Amino acid sequence: MAIYRRSYKPYTGTLTPAWSRWLVLFRYSRRDVFRSKVQTALFTICFFYPLLCLAFIYLAHNISFLAQIGVSGDLISIDNTFFFRLLAVQGVLAFLLTAFVGPGLISPDLANGALPLYFCRPFSRAEYLVGKSSVLAITLSQITWIPALILFAIQAGFAGPRWAWNNLWIAGSLIVGSLIWIAILSLLAMALSAWVKWRIVAGALLLAVMFFGAGFGQAINAVLRTQTGYFLNLAYLMSTVWSDLFGIDSEHWISVGDAWIALLLYCGICLFLLMRKVRAYEVVR
Amino acid sequence: MRFGKRDILRALTAELRGRSIGLLGPNGAGKSTLINTLLGFYKPSAGSARVFGRDIRADTRRIRGLVGYMPENDAFISKMSAVSFVQMMGELSGLPPNVALERAHEALFYVGLAEARYRQLGTYSLGMKQLAKLAQAIVHGPKLLILDEPTNGLDPSARQRMIRMIREIRDTGEMRILMSSHLLRDVEDTCEEVLILKKGQIAHYSDLNEERRANRRFLELETYGANGDFAGVIEGLGCECAVTANRIKVVLAEGVETQDVFRLAAERQVRIRRMNFRRDTLEDIFLKAMDV
Repeated sequence: MAIYRRSYKPYTGTLTPAWSRWLVLFRYSRRDVFRSKVQTALFTICFFYPLLCLAFIYLAHNISFLAQIGVSGDLISIDNTFFFRLLAVQGVLAFLLTAFVGPGLISPDLANGALPLYFCRPFSRAEYLVGKSSVLAITLSQITWIPALILFAIQAGFAGPRWAWNNLWIAGSLIVGSLIWIAILSLLAMALSAWVKWRIVAGALLLAVMFFGAGFGQAINAVLRTQTGYFLNLAYLMSTVWSDLFGIDSEHWISVGDAWIALLLYCGICLFLLMRKVRAYEVVR
Repeated sequence: MRFGKRDILRALTAELRGRSIGLLGPNGAGKSTLINTLLGFYKPSAGSARVFGRDIRADTRRIRGLVGYMPENDAFISKMSAVSFVQMMGELSGLPPNVALERAHEALFYVGLAEARYRQLGTYSLGMKQLAKLAQAIVHGPKLLILDEPTNGLDPSARQRMIRMIREIRDTGEMRILMSSHLLRDVEDTCEEVLILKKGQIAHYSDLNEERRANRRFLELETYGANGDFAGVIEGLGCECAVTANRIKVVLAEGVETQDVFRLAAERQVRIRRMNFRRDTLEDIFLKAMDV
């Protein structure tokens, strides 16, 4: 059994590098995320579809097996549409996971007034946000572009270097498409939880922004006979960008450029809201 | 320091060098604002300040590395155990994880939360939360400990415990203490110097020990059998006297002790029925500073 002396002594040892402090927050927050059984289960479920895709890729390259079960090899095509669908499914799961994980990152600190304790240390607001958002960024990466890239690599392994070279742009699209979605989800979840402070309400608000935003946008389109309502529909904006990134032909009511600008604007607004709230003390003027 | 159009701190010039300094003032005097400005939470609208010779605007990060801060309000993470919480705060201050864990245990033992250190902070009583806040403030071994109303909301025994703890920390000599409070007794019990603020300005700054030494000592005597001569005899010692009915009010001169008064009374067959002795207290100093 350890014996602790009941006295105070100063610390004279070496300190960890200043740049690495955000990792402390990442480590503790990540541990909290996976302490919840529900969140761990949801995280596990997020790998089911990539595993299914893996099976498809395997089957697509085993003509003899397909012939045995009486399926034509042409039915399974591993191309840009295949990876677009993969990202679309994983994107939805990423949103659900964010609705569970995101609000719990900042709201407890705000609700219990813990922010002054972080910022009275050699630890900035930017580091705090990087530390907290990295939990979502890494967790969502694990279920979006990382498994997608692994599947791409497996497909490239089966199909050969020629296929890989000709479809290398799909890998780029997977990364860019995932990262913009992850950025939006992370910032939106954190901004909402920072303003609402109550975890459950923040989660509900995230769902509301996504679904009511889409509904409200449609209402604007119908009433005003315009297409500007689509700018309130985050999922629509994202699908417009993804369709363009994956070269999917589909009809869009707003241009890809406008969709990019709207998404980046959403990120900027969320960041602004976060920086307004994440501070040691609010100044009452 | 301005918030909107309001001046919160103004014309504030002081050099604080003491081992333990009390920040006193009525509510809204600017005590917490001064602390928050020194910590870099608020940007000063004009002027400059230095902590250990480092500018609060340019060297905020280094200053924060030297400071331990215990805020006034509730500040904790409810789902965390005290030991994890203090360890995390230590790591954020730059301690390596294993060292932070060891020092978190030590700090919690030191403040008296050893038995409860694995409990979630959300289950702690107010007094325990205050102690946990103190533990996180000292875990990284700061050179300056800033305490903002450390006894806020504590019951008398918890208050005594907190005061004792602060005195112990002060007496180790390892860190300086800046304590903000509106409770005169707390400051008197723990601080050697006092800075009194009033409406964002310095109303008084003094060394309490010097003040105690320099302050006049008052004696109020209720006598039996004394005539006007007795006051004259006391005045012969260099004291100031005022006689009212059978009472004599005395301001003792330097070097004159109460025993001298007893001796004179015995020599002159004067019976002292009551004697009140008091020095200028912090309350007197505070009230004087507030112009009450």
